[in-house]
Amino acid sequence: MPTFVYMTRCDGCGYCVDICPSDIMHIDPTMRRAYNIEPNMCWECYSCVKACPHDAIDVRGYADFAPLGHSVRVKRDEERGTIAWKVKFRDGREKDFLSPITTKPWGKHIPKLSDVSGPDKDMRDGQLLFNEPKYIRMDEGGLHTLESAGLKLEEGVYY
Amino acid sequence: MGYQTVVEDNIDILVVGAGLGGTGAAFEARYWGQDKNIVIAEKANIDRSGAVAQGLYAINCYMGTRWGENNPEDHVRYARIDLMGMVREDLLFDMARHVDSAVHQFEEWGLPLMRDPKTGAYQREGRWQIMIHGESYKPIVAEAAKKSADKIFNRICVTHLLMDDSKENRVAGAVGFNVRTGNYHVFKSKAVVVAAGGASMIFKPRSVGEGAGRVWYAPWSSGSAYGLLIQAGAKMTQMENRIVLARFKDGYGPVGAYFLHLKTYTQNGLGEEYESKWFPELQKMVGKEYLDVEASHRTHRPIPTCLRNHAFINEVNAGRGPIHMVTMEAFQDPHLEEVGWENFLGMTVGQAVLWAATDVDPKNENPELTTSEPYVMGSHATGCGAWCSGPEDVSPDEYFWGYNRMTTVEGLFGAGDAVGGTPHAFSSGSFTEGRLAAKAACKYIDDGKAQGIRVSDEQIERRKAEIYKPMEHYKIYRNEVVAGTVNPSMINPRQGLDRLQKLMDEYCGGVTVSYMTNEKLLNIGMKKMRILFEDLEKLGAGDIHELLRAWELKHRTLTSESVFHHTLFRKETRWPGYYYRGDAMKLDDENWHVLTVSRRDPDTGEYTMEKAPCYHLVDAAE
Ligand SMILES: Cc1cc2nc3c(=O)[nH]c(=O)nc-3n(C[C@H](O)[C@H](O)[C@H](O)COP(=O)(O)OP(=O)(O)OC[C@H]3O[C@@H](n4cnc5c(N)ncnc54)[C@H](O)[C@@H]3O)c2cc1C
Ligand code: SF4
Ligand code: SF4
Repeated sequence: MPTFVYMTRCDGCGYCVDICPSDIMHIDPTMRRAYNIEPNMCWECYSCVKACPHDAIDVRGYADFAPLGHSVRVKRDEERGTIAWKVKFRDGREKDFLSPITTKPWGKHIPKLSDVSGPDKDMRDGQLLFNEPKYIRMDEGGLHTLESAGLKLEEGVYY
Repeated sequence: MGYQTVVEDNIDILVVGAGLGGTGAAFEARYWGQDKNIVIAEKANIDRSGAVAQGLYAINCYMGTRWGENNPEDHVRYARIDLMGMVREDLLFDMARHVDSAVHQFEEWGLPLMRDPKTGAYQREGRWQIMIHGESYKPIVAEAAKKSADKIFNRICVTHLLMDDSKENRVAGAVGFNVRTGNYHVFKSKAVVVAAGGASMIFKPRSVGEGAGRVWYAPWSSGSAYGLLIQAGAKMTQMENRIVLARFKDGYGPVGAYFLHLKTYTQNGLGEEYESKWFPELQKMVGKEYLDVEASHRTHRPIPTCLRNHAFINEVNAGRGPIHMVTMEAFQDPHLEEVGWENFLGMTVGQAVLWAATDVDPKNENPELTTSEPYVMGSHATGCGAWCSGPEDVSPDEYFWGYNRMTTVEGLFGAGDAVGGTPHAFSSGSFTEGRLAAKAACKYIDDGKAQGIRVSDEQIERRKAEIYKPMEHYKIYRNEVVAGTVNPSMINPRQGLDRLQKLMDEYCGGVTVSYMTNEKLLNIGMKKMRILFEDLEKLGAGDIHELLRAWELKHRTLTSESVFHHTLFRKETRWPGYYYRGDAMKLDDENWHVLTVSRRDPDTGEYTMEKAPCYHLVDAAE
């Protein structure tokens, strides 16, 4: 189900070009609007659809197995932290879905690790990662080792 | 050609590919290297790149030690059983003991994890999977990487690693080109973490024509992690261990939540349960140790994914297809129906589009399933990838050479799909491996191991000429013909990809041969591969976008060659349902309870294969 762009809605802003992981949304030099240059390398991932500020991109199922006459539209709202989907069947039935995309304001709760106090020598020489061991069990329990788990590694055939 | 050379010097940690593994590496590197220069080189835009670009509806690897659910060793045993014994248990144990801390951070960063209303614990989909509203999973981890990295270069296709000219087998950075400007980029770095993802589209996909990009793993998963590592002479392991997936037909929508949470199940075309009738015969092939249905019932020992595929494939070949997923019962519950649909919208929208297009409502009819073409990757139910060192407190000598997740090339680390022998890491485990690799890479530098690196201008110029060769070739030969793509002196990347896919399919066990191969077929295939490599020297790229496709193809072809060598080497059928060696249909523990390890000599292209011991976790008391 590759993407296509409605002529009347696209203003050539290039957001879709910037985001497409497959590098297939390009601006047509004469039309100065975006289009899918390589539909058979489209994963219908909807990254471009979600990024378009003018709802100019839509998707129509791959010609080799999807009949015409359907649509799956999306509205991703970063402010509200939600994503809304509308699925329209070929026979006209509709289904709507709404899900959260984040529980926190964007990026505010991700620490800047250059500002946190750095690891001491023990930690460097040991096996812990940032925020560990606490973040593993959210208590004071330590990191698992072979010894703490009562295990050893043996060569041979075990099932 | 008018393209500039842009040199980024004095990098400490270069992260190549910032999907789940790479973002984990970049984020964590800042903690262990607060004064270090951390740089990301990414082929797409890190906000939506890699296998998680469209989001995920589940985190498939979470122990839940916080809720007293599982211990790391439980997960190791599970992965061992699922992969018919062939795993790196040191790496798996290490990943599993850290993975929960990654997931707890994700929640703190804003990723919506669902909770079980009764227990307050994360909502389980299955024993290892938790359910999430993960549409923004990738933008969230990208944000974490952005906060840590000094510089992020989006739209750089990395083509080669740079090697130290003063010390053999030591990495010195990477080179590539900018997919927008065409400029040549040189990254000189003390250590490199390769996290450039697995390989889709190396076997001919079931979809054709316009739908050829409708593959299970993303079409941009170009095998670059393998291509880069193999070219640099890093040892690889388990490259024969490709994966085949049972998925909803055509759209390849995921089935995990359907089986585990919605409790849907499969039937053949006659409406019968079919799996169990294949198990007696299968047990003769693999042995009772690997398939014991009674024990599985009693102890909930999982039936390996490949063996369930085997039953599926054989039932269809016996003329009793199609295999259906029985959804009509579960979907009568409106909540479960919603979960079923959101599952697709959250990670494989194409399946929802297909059902809309074909008026399939799983409430009223049971949709068809299929088995996919094979994929080569290392973080799902398969473990292809580089042969890496484990952590010093766990690994036996054969698995340890100084730094966690370091390949056999000094200073060159891996994460996610890049690391071999670590199946069932999934998104969270890949991110965790990135963190582990970053810590080890910082230590490698702090220990003075990266001193005195020298990169000659000769090496930089040689790689540059190599990178742009497809464009030069195109310029020279395009006027040999009037117009069009048929040319006696040149093939384009699509034509090369079609050739690769066809020969992998027919000689290395793809869908059209029901995943079957043998020594004779493999040898013919490898001969054709060698000629394909010759023709890749005549690859033509008309523009920078095509140059991207050219290098993706080269990485895919290097990956495929490795798959051929490994498949030929392992003379047994270890994973029926993933592929079959028709000339050695039985699992053979006496000779093959080992990991396969290969190295391609970077100068001659010659392969050497070896067997490495398989270590297992056992009770210390035993
Ligand atoms: C359909 C689907 C469903 C899945 N479901 C789940 C699930 O429910 N739960 C779960 O936990 N996991 C799931 N996974 C698995 C998960 O996505 C992977 O395990 C994980 O993303 C692997 O991480 P990685 O870093 O190795 O690769 P990726 O995340 O793919 O990252 C690779 C990165 O490298 C970049 N790159 C590639 N080539 C180059 C190059 N030449 N130069 C520079 N950069 C390059 C890519 O652009 C990308 O950013 C699913 C995957 C798929 C495809
Ligand atoms: S749906 Fe995804 S792959 Fe297709 S054009 Fe849009 S961003 Fe690119
Ligand atoms: S994002 Fe939308 S408006 Fe902007 S170029 Fe793309 S299709 Fe056009």
